[in-house]
Order: sequence, then structure tokens, then C-alpha cells
Amino acid sequence: MAFCLTKAKKLIYNHLKSKMGSLGIINHGNWTHPVSFSHPIPQNLKKPDTFFTNNTTLFASRRFESIIAGKHLDSLRNVFDEIEVLNFPGGKVKFTSEMKFLSESPEERIHCYRVLDDNGQPTVHSNSVQIGEEVAVKMYNDMVTLQLMDSIFYEAQRQGRISFYLTTIGEEAINIASAAALNIDDLIFPQYREAGVLLWRGFSLQEFANQCFGNRDDNGKGRQMPIHYGSKKHNYFTVASTVATQISHAVGAAYALKMDGRDACTVTYFGDGGTSTGDFHAALNFAAVMEAPVIFFCRNNGWAISTPVSDQFRSDGIVVRGQAYGVRSIRVDGNDALAIFSAIQAARRMAIGESRPVLIEALTYRAGHHSTSDDSTKYRPVHEIEWWRVARDPVSRFKKWIESNGWWSDEAEFELRSSVRKQLLHAIQVAEKVEKPAIAEIFTDVYDVPPANLCEQETLLRETIKRHPQDYPSHFQFPL
Amino acid sequence: MAAILQAVGATTALSSTNSFDSKRLRFSSRRSLSVGKGNFFVVRSDGRSNGCYPRDRRAGQLVTNAVATKADSSTASTASKPGHELLLFEALREGLEEEMDRDPSVCVMGEDVGHYGGSYKVTRDLAEKYGDLRVLDTPIAENSFTGMAIGAAMTGLRPIIEGMNMGFLLLAFNQISNNCGMLHYTSGGQFKIPVVIRGPGGVGRQLGAEHSQRLESYFQSIPGIQMVACSTPYNAKGLMKAAIRSENPVILFEHVLLYNLKERIPDEEYVLNLEEAEMVRPGEHVTILTYSRMRYHVMQAAKTLVNKGYDPEVIDIRSLKPFDLHTIGNSVKKTHRVLIVEECMRTGGIGASLTAAISENFHDYLDAPIVCLSSQDVPTPYAGTLEEVTVVQPAQIVAAVEQLCQ
Repeated sequence: MAFCLTKAKKLIYNHLKSKMGSLGIINHGNWTHPVSFSHPIPQNLKKPDTFFTNNTTLFASRRFESIIAGKHLDSLRNVFDEIEVLNFPGGKVKFTSEMKFLSESPEERIHCYRVLDDNGQPTVHSNSVQIGEEVAVKMYNDMVTLQLMDSIFYEAQRQGRISFYLTTIGEEAINIASAAALNIDDLIFPQYREAGVLLWRGFSLQEFANQCFGNRDDNGKGRQMPIHYGSKKHNYFTVASTVATQISHAVGAAYALKMDGRDACTVTYFGDGGTSTGDFHAALNFAAVMEAPVIFFCRNNGWAISTPVSDQFRSDGIVVRGQAYGVRSIRVDGNDALAIFSAIQAARRMAIGESRPVLIEALTYRAGHHSTSDDSTKYRPVHEIEWWRVARDPVSRFKKWIESNGWWSDEAEFELRSSVRKQLLHAIQVAEKVEKPAIAEIFTDVYDVPPANLCEQETLLRETIKRHPQDYPSHFQFPL
Repeated sequence: MAAILQAVGATTALSSTNSFDSKRLRFSSRRSLSVGKGNFFVVRSDGRSNGCYPRDRRAGQLVTNAVATKADSSTASTASKPGHELLLFEALREGLEEEMDRDPSVCVMGEDVGHYGGSYKVTRDLAEKYGDLRVLDTPIAENSFTGMAIGAAMTGLRPIIEGMNMGFLLLAFNQISNNCGMLHYTSGGQFKIPVVIRGPGGVGRQLGAEHSQRLESYFQSIPGIQMVACSTPYNAKGLMKAAIRSENPVILFEHVLLYNLKERIPDEEYVLNLEEAEMVRPGEHVTILTYSRMRYHVMQAAKTLVNKGYDPEVIDIRSLKPFDLHTIGNSVKKTHRVLIVEECMRTGGIGASLTAAISENFHDYLDAPIVCLSSQDVPTPYAGTLEEVTVVQPAQIVAAVEQLCQ
């Protein structure tokens, strides 16, 4: 470690040097003459009792010599009052003679930005963005649609019509409001609880149903489980079951956008659980180092399946981690659509304009079960779930706001709900009847062009089906 | 049989090229060994070296002789213009630079690839030329920068991921298997991932077990990826260019000890076929299939074998996934005997898959069970003498051929 004294203290340096030999470099090998052991040990050093063992005199003498330097530097500081810095790879750092540990948690938790109170009324002094009637009504429509889609598709799974489903209950504001504040050119890298973003961008209810049923019209060609939506047209990257791998993808895509100089950013969503992964850590680190235009959106909904956040991390949520990586961050009320809208819009401007990553932590609650494979009443109290579902429902909170602006009515509500419900049921009926994808689709898209071994395997499969038609679904019999 | 071989050996000249003509006919009779059908046996190293053939592990010195091919071989380099001479890592670099010039979406990411030029200098000076956004230094998180490259590829770039050592890419296995190989398929063909993942692997010179990994065994099962292994400056450049141009994710395996091989390669541009094997030395008696560094051990053994009167056909399979069963099959139909020489571990290696593929497809053409020489199923020891015997040596290859051709 090299000491570089600032120019102002050259005089002192020379003075000391004449007294003590080469003070400049604390490279132990450079000490030319031993110093006497008569100086008392300063009390503010970390491990004073490790020095001065007789049998390691050489080692001890080197350490002691460094104490001397420290001691003299301390006296220097008293003279020059904290201009002393350590010029370290990584930048200059001021010294302190007070041994103080940074607390593991801030005195007060980072405040949470919100615009609408629980009754859907704007709080005073909010510097939120103004949303017009058209956007607000569309937002509300989509939030209701999302809610209805979730409940109907969930029921469809319970009826055995689809194999799996995962709801966004409680996080409708996060889904819709964040999507509303973005441009269609911004690339979305979702986890799995962000179907609303795709809904906002124009994915139809029929398309959602097709993917869940894995039928021939699914643009994923029936290859993924339900809710693993993906649409290139909507700049929504196909959901993968692996947790938090999309965070690194988002950083890479942001890097691509930056290289192309495009006016767009990437946005990636993940939960509180996903922040424990290695991918989260490295992706934030990379994004900061590479100054990539990416928005990291953490849906801190309190639960990772059955793991509560108290078992997930001990930091003050996710927002404080931003600073650890050199990433600007904010905490917002995840059930407040306007707060999310404002935060995303501001983050987007920063990400693209300043070419920097931004971290947004939305505090919310997973009001539904993790998925249809989960019964969350087994690990959390029912009254807690009910309270969040009802009293803190983001949809009804936003409804109160648009109603108070005169943009919504009970009739409109009734009409919307019944219309959407009808559409959803119809979509399911249609999707259920559409055929499943052809056998050829097992072998296509593994590569750009099927190689010889896959062609061979396809031929084998077709031969087997021809020989034993009774063992295979009827629609497999046709050539394609 | 041995006596005839000796006699022939004495009369024919000691040339490495194929000089047998009429004499060849005597060895063409089919003889099946008594070993049970379907078995393949491994000749394990016994650690003793044949005194005449020093186990010179400085592969660079062997190159010019061992790689010698006939004038009409498939590598057209020797037949055309003089070309220019360079080392294998420079050939990789040249291929990379040409592709980066040609297509602005090609970029490189990895540890120390930027101003440092890469730990094996494959990206030397590229950062100065293209900027450090196109030749990106990443922090140490393989899973994550592989993920980054996948995200960038889905967005339109063509990244090349460099693993400082192939073994480090084990950390990226999740991204490679679950996302790189899969996302084109699971997205219904909407998003493609034209990445190249490359780096040095294989057993080096006392690098220790963790740095002597042969990942081709682990990756070969992943659907959706292609794997190729380069072994000469000529095919290194050609495969690098082909891999970059491919729309599929390709893993390009380089070998730590081959970076300083020198060869004369053509001046004009060329791109090789990713799925093709390379005929190194045509022959009649036995098909020896190999790749990467073992090619040189095989060629060294071939010299001995020729002196002893054998005529091995040596094929560098190059394409590890998928196998070029066309070239391999034609060879098997000609020679009826197969020896696979690889550096992978015995269990679950490339040789194991290749053995299965050949047995399934060309069983009727085989006169003998397929023999596969591999490394033992042990971590590579550090001590030089121990390390050497975990890698297949030319003497074992000679012995295996002799046994196979009895």
C-alpha cells in the first residue's frame, strides 16, 4: 500500500524523512534502519496486543515501525486537521481517528414514496406526474382485466383445464402502472408475475389463453408451461423458470441498446427472493460498472413461496443494496399506481439520459398463493392475507382516485367486468378446442435448421407412431 | 500375421504418407477379434514409454511433421497460395478481427479481454481498435456475464463469451443449459441466441485439477447448442468465423497447449463448416478418430505405425456435437476398425457417445469392437509424472492399433 502525501505536506514529509528514513512507502522491505522500541503504542490501533512478541522480533519490528508511521501521521493530522487522505486504487479516502463501525441497519428505514393515500386521494406535496383521463382509464381497465384473468384462469386450473397458473393478485398496480410509464421500445425481462405488463402492451386474452393451453396458436409453440409468456412483437422476453437469470439478460440487452445508441432502456422484474441469487448481485454490479440503461424493478411482496423476507435477508429491504453497487435507488409503495408510474418515468429518463442503472423497490404483498401448487394459508395467517387483499387492494385504491376525478362510474364498472368476464370465458373455450402443436414442433427451433440427428429422431418417432397408433393421440396421425 | 507385417515394414520406405498399394490388399481381409460383441475396452496407460519415441509434450515442436497431410487432402491451404504463417492464437484473433470488421454487432466479453488482451492473447489489441464497449472486460461472475451475452444476443448483438479457462464456465452452466440452449426453443423461435462461447480447456502443463477440465463431456447433452474443437491454426480461424456467423449458440473448445502451434494459412478469406470432420491422413487399416490436442499424439503414433507397416486413417472429428457421421461412416466402411483417442474422462465422454453412435449406425461394417482410449476417471494430478500418465500417449495408441489389427 503506497502512501501519497498531498503536496501541501511536502515539508513535513521531508522533515520526517530525514528523521525516520523512507516514510513514503510502507512496503516493509524498505525500512532501512530499525527504530527503537521505546515509543509507547497508540491506543487507537486495531490489534495492539499482536505486536511485540520476542520470538518474532523481525516481524514485530516491522509492525512497530508502521505504528510509528501511523503515530506520526496522527500527529500530522492534528496539525493539518483532516486533509490527510489515502490515495488508494479506487480513489481518495479521508482518514478518521474514531473507530466507528457502520451500523448494519439505518436508524430509520428508507422512506417509501407514495402519491395516493389509502382512500385513493393524492397526498399533499407529491411531485408525481400528472396522468390524463385516457391513460388512467386504460390503466384501470387493464388492472381489472388482469384481476379477472387471474381469477378465471386460476379456476380453470382448479377445474383441471390447465395444468398450472400463477396470479398477480395484489400486484396489479405494479404490473400495469410500470408498463404504462414505459415505451413499447423498452425491453421487458420478466420473472413470472408480470403478465399485466404484456397485457398493457396489447397481448390479447386469447393469446394468453393459447399459451396456457399450449395449443397450436401459442407463439411459444406449446413448449413452455402456462404463464411463461413471451412475445417478440411486444418486446417481452419469454419467461424462463430459472429464478433471476433474466436480470443478467437485461443488463446484456441494455448493453446492446447502449452500443446501438437506441432511445430505449431495459426493465427487469424480480421478487424479494430473486435478490438472493448470484445473478442479481453480479448483474447490478455489472450494470453499474458498464453504465447500462437498465431499470431493476424488485417486487418485494414479502414472500418467496413460504420464505418470509426475514429469512431471506437482513438488510433494510432491497433499496439499500443499490448504494452498495453504486446504483441509484428508490423505494415506492407497490400498491400505489401513481407512485409507480412516476418513479418508473423518472427512472427511465435517468437510465437513458444518463446511461445508468436504476433500482426500484416496490413494497407490496403477495395477496394470492405463490401458484396453483401452493396453499399459503399453511405458512401465514389467513387474516393477514385477507387484510392485504381487501384493505390494501391496489385496484380499488386506484378506482377511488379515478372516480373522484369523475372518470369512472358504477355502470362502467359493471359493464367492464361483465364484458371482460365473457371474453375470458370465451377465450378459454376457444383455446381448449384448438389442437395441440404438431409433432414436427418437437424438433424445430432447437437449432436454426434441424441437424441430422434430430431429423433421424423425428423419423424414428413417426415410425413408432405409425406402428402403434393406438398409443398416441389421434391428431398425431396426420403427416404434419 | 506379425511376420508378414515385419517383412512389409522392412521393404517399404519410411514415409509418413500412404505408399502401400498392392501390399495393401493382404490386410484387407476381415478378421474379427474374439472379444465379445458390443464390448469396448480401454487400454490404460502403464506409464512406460517406448524408448524410441520420447514423449515430447512440447506439441509445438511436433507440429510441422505430425500435421503433414497429403497434397490432395481436404485442407486446401497447402495447395493454394503461399499464405502467411502464424500461431494458433493469432489465427483465432485474425478470424475474430475479420468478423468484427465485417459485422458491427459482433462483440467480445470476458475477463481481462480488453486492454489486457486476454489471458491467452486471443483478443490482443482489439480493445484499442474497437473500443472497450465492443471488447468488454467483465467482473468475475461467469454465470452472469454469460447471461448478459444471452440477453445481448436476444436483442440483436452477436457476443463472443470468453471463459478464461473452460473450467470456469461450469459456473455458467445454468445460463448455458437453461437459457442459451433453450430460449430459442421455448420462445417458439421468437428469440435467437447466436453466441459463441469459447476458451481454453484440456490438460495443460501442471495446471492442477481445476484448470484441466474437459467440459465437452458435460456440455454435450445440452440440446440447442453446437460444439466444435479446433486443433490447427487453419481450422481455428475457420471454425471461429463459422461459429460467429452461426445463428445457433456454439461452444468452441480450444486447448491450452495448442495456442503456439505455427502454420501457414491462406491469405484469402475462408470459413469452415461447423459440422464437418477433417481428414488428416487417409488410410486403409484402421480409422482413428480424435480431436483437439490428441490429434498430435495420434499423428505421432501414426509415424510409428507407418514404420511398422500399418496404414491408419486419421480423422480429426472437429464437430463434437453433432458428429459428422457421414465422414466417419465412410471411413468405417473402408477400414472396418475404429479407435477413438480422446482426452476426456472415460465415463460419459465424447468417446462414449461416439462409440454409441458408430455402433448403432455402422455395426455391420465393424470387424472388431470399437476401442476408445481416454483419460482415467480421476481429477488431473499436479505432479508432472502423474499428469502425463492420465493423458493418452502415442505409445498407447500404437499398442491399441496393433491389438486392433491383429
